[in-house]
Amino acid sequence: MRFLLPKSRILFQTATRPFVPAFTNASKFSYKQQQLRLLSESTRQAIERVLSAKPVVLFMKGTPESPQCGFSRASIQILGLQGVDPKKFVAFNVLENNEIREGIKEYSNWPTIPQLYVNKEFIGGCDILVSMYQSKELGDLLEKEKVLVPPEESADANAEKPSS
Amino acid sequence: MTSSTPIEDKIRQKLTVSLSPITLQIHNDSDKHAHHKAMEGVTSKETHFRLFITSAEFAGKPQLARHRMVNALLKEELEREGGIHALQLRTLSPEEEEKPNKKVEEGVVG
Repeated sequence: MRFLLPKSRILFQTATRPFVPAFTNASKFSYKQQQLRLLSESTRQAIERVLSAKPVVLFMKGTPESPQCGFSRASIQILGLQGVDPKKFVAFNVLENNEIREGIKEYSNWPTIPQLYVNKEFIGGCDILVSMYQSKELGDLLEKEKVLVPPEESADANAEKPSS
Repeated sequence: MTSSTPIEDKIRQKLTVSLSPITLQIHNDSDKHAHHKAMEGVTSKETHFRLFITSAEFAGKPQLARHRMVNALLKEELEREGGIHALQLRTLSPEEEEKPNKKVEEGVVG
């Protein structure tokens, strides 16, 4: 379930929208921090390519097989418990791509990783997934979006047992 | 006399002013994560927070909207280098806090 973008060298271009500091003492922030917060067109496009890859996209730290953060691990576990179809799922490891790691926070306007998208719509982070899982909201959503593993056909096959 | 918990103080101050919470529990979980690889070289003792907030401002809003409200209030602390690294949120309306398992308990013999 790994999806890696080619590690091309992307130079920061002028942001397509102006960066307006939300706070007056911008000098607190290093120049590097400010640069990273500009969502360049190429980063935006890279993110949108990931979001187009599969219906269910989880931006996480580490991989589903080897999560590098407790919150990412919990999110993967929930998606597994809900029965998300692996064929309709892709996980993006932000630890391997710092540009996406910073870019997705800007894109989603959400400060932390992990982040779940279903059909390009931002659903939330770990806490929200846990809360929605417990309230059954998540199951309903995933079913509605048709991203769950289809019912086993073998169940029907078992019913047709040969008579003795 | 400067506080040894400046970020926690900021969280308390901002959320109290904007949300008038009925419940505001601020748990500093930084110790639990201090040994993690990602925290190597970090000296701050205020990196991971777990907040339980009950506020009338949350009523009628979906979880995502509630979390976005809190994120917006703490935007500076989240974006600042050396600020909040992880933020766990439980956001309830006063009604939800009062009757936590309203849905689940339907049908249970009382």
